[in-house]
Amino acid sequence: MDNVFNPLVGGLLIGLTATIYLLSIGKVIGISGILSQLFFSKERLLPFLFITGLIIGGGTYGFLTEQTVAFPETRSPLILIISGLLVGYGTRLGGGCTSGHGVCGISRLSPRSIVATLVFMSAAIITVTALN
Amino acid sequence: MYAIVTLTAGLLFGLGLAFSEMTNPTVVIGFLDIFGNWNPSLIIVMASAIAVGMIGYAIKGKRLTPLLGSKWQVPTLRKIDSKLIIGSSLFGVGWGVSGYCPGPGLTALVNNPSEGFYFVAALIAGSGLHYFQTRITQK
Repeated sequence: MDNVFNPLVGGLLIGLTATIYLLSIGKVIGISGILSQLFFSKERLLPFLFITGLIIGGGTYGFLTEQTVAFPETRSPLILIISGLLVGYGTRLGGGCTSGHGVCGISRLSPRSIVATLVFMSAAIITVTALN
Repeated sequence: MYAIVTLTAGLLFGLGLAFSEMTNPTVVIGFLDIFGNWNPSLIIVMASAIAVGMIGYAIKGKRLTPLLGSKWQVPTLRKIDSKLIIGSSLFGVGWGVSGYCPGPGLTALVNNPSEGFYFVAALIAGSGLHYFQTRITQK
């Protein structure tokens, strides 16, 4: 880990965003929930604005930040579809993802979120280890 | 005002993902590969995000209402049930398979569109599957 600046700035920005959103609107940030609202609820404007901002802000690779490793070679559609289905269904069944449970949930010391984070981290570590 | 705050929050959150390199699946898989060629940088991301988030919740505790709203809408559910465990397990496996969780998956539409398209389409389909399943079982 040669570069500590990028992850530190990134984490501070993510935490700051969650704080601004919480203190102004009163809600926690959960990307899986906001995405699901965009497609499967009647209140679509705010989820649309958030997701649009996220895609623009996150799509700055190579423009604003100095990334330390290259993107992977494009993988097979089948792998990506299996992954997307598991992430989409799993986050809704479990009520949150890395942002909702992992950042916002642990920040308020929610037992549910701490358990969820330990479970999805363990499952992901086992999966990566098995696939390698 | 809600719209401006929400769009700005999305932008800042996306920038945070890009800076932390969570938008890059190679970095994420490297972080999850603790028994292999481990890249611990995302620990710093999680720790700093949670530290700032804790300050946010401490400030929230001193206020009766949010700045723009009339009431707090923070989840209050405390039950640890099989849905939480099974759902989180499925999510973890899916995350490990590609290195994409929902936020970075969405940014891949720009960064790595040939992957992002398939992942996001399936992400929405998986989320929709749960939505319709819940609607059917509730009737």
